[in-house]
Amino acid sequence: MADSSSDLSVSLWRGAQDGRYETYKVPLRENQTVLDVVTFVQRHLDPTLAYRFACRVGMCGSCAMTVNGQPRWTCRTHVASVAKGGRLTIGPLVNLPVIKDLATDLRPFFEKWQDAKGAFVPSRTRHDDIARVRPDSVERIAADAAIECINCAICYAACDTVRWNSDYLGPAALNRAWTLVNDERDAGNTERLQAVAASGGCHACHSHQSCQELCPQHLNPTASIAGLKRRTMWAYVRGEL
Amino acid sequence: MNVRLYLWQRSTAALMVPLVLLHVAVIFYASRRGLSATDILARTRGSLVWTSFYGAFVIAVAIHAAIGVRNVLVEWSPLTDRGAGILASAFGVLLFLLGARAVLAVVVP
Repeated sequence: MADSSSDLSVSLWRGAQDGRYETYKVPLRENQTVLDVVTFVQRHLDPTLAYRFACRVGMCGSCAMTVNGQPRWTCRTHVASVAKGGRLTIGPLVNLPVIKDLATDLRPFFEKWQDAKGAFVPSRTRHDDIARVRPDSVERIAADAAIECINCAICYAACDTVRWNSDYLGPAALNRAWTLVNDERDAGNTERLQAVAASGGCHACHSHQSCQELCPQHLNPTASIAGLKRRTMWAYVRGEL
Repeated sequence: MNVRLYLWQRSTAALMVPLVLLHVAVIFYASRRGLSATDILARTRGSLVWTSFYGAFVIAVAIHAAIGVRNVLVEWSPLTDRGAGILASAFGVLLFLLGARAVLAVVVP
């Protein structure tokens, strides 16, 4: 693979919440990802740069950062598709506290998964038969459409409502809740629907659809949240909430 | 917003859809026919139909707008949920009083 003679001008966020951008020159290469660029800086220019990654192939959801103003998974984002005039500006995800440089504290994000009752509640024991879930059932199809979340927090960073309302559970947690609402093996739906129907739950969503626009897995959390709105509304009307 | 407020806001919106359409139709009718204020008041005064129609309109608007304003305050102001609720409720009461005054002015004989 031939190296290009030109360089990229890369501005990286340095420091914590009150940091600043610093600019580095990085060799431009073919098929280079944004994560490659960040890694080059850390390996060759400044070993104190903090960032997070693991799988490098778009499975783990660890490497999300803000690239030229938009949250993206950096391991699957090619420089050629985002660099404008040979310039890249890479910052930490917004809507989350910055630990250092490009690494954010994801605890608020995952705490909201817990607040949305995003944990599976088994309805059977190991002594029962395995549940038979029909793949063509309405519930399974709805769960399938939302199940492939990799917890990257891109939707959380992209969401206007998260920015405006610190109590809002966010697209990922609500999307997770929707998969469990449609899981016929789960026994936790009463508490789950109460959790997502409360203040800061699914009804706070404005349906701006930034989450589905930027989700690297092409999921549609807005549709999941709309499903939760319908489900909780009928549960409320029936007096179940 | 919780499910209770959501349901109130959406149901009042659904109620207002036909009311707005009919209200616009009434405006067109009155202007096309060249009805004077006296003509209009002759139709509305003592009318249970117009009292119910615009009474329902005012109630729906007061509830719907107050919930919307509460959401704006929660998201865009430093007020707490409770503070935003109190302020928005006051706004809803104000809307209701202004609307009720307008309705009464045209339906009371």
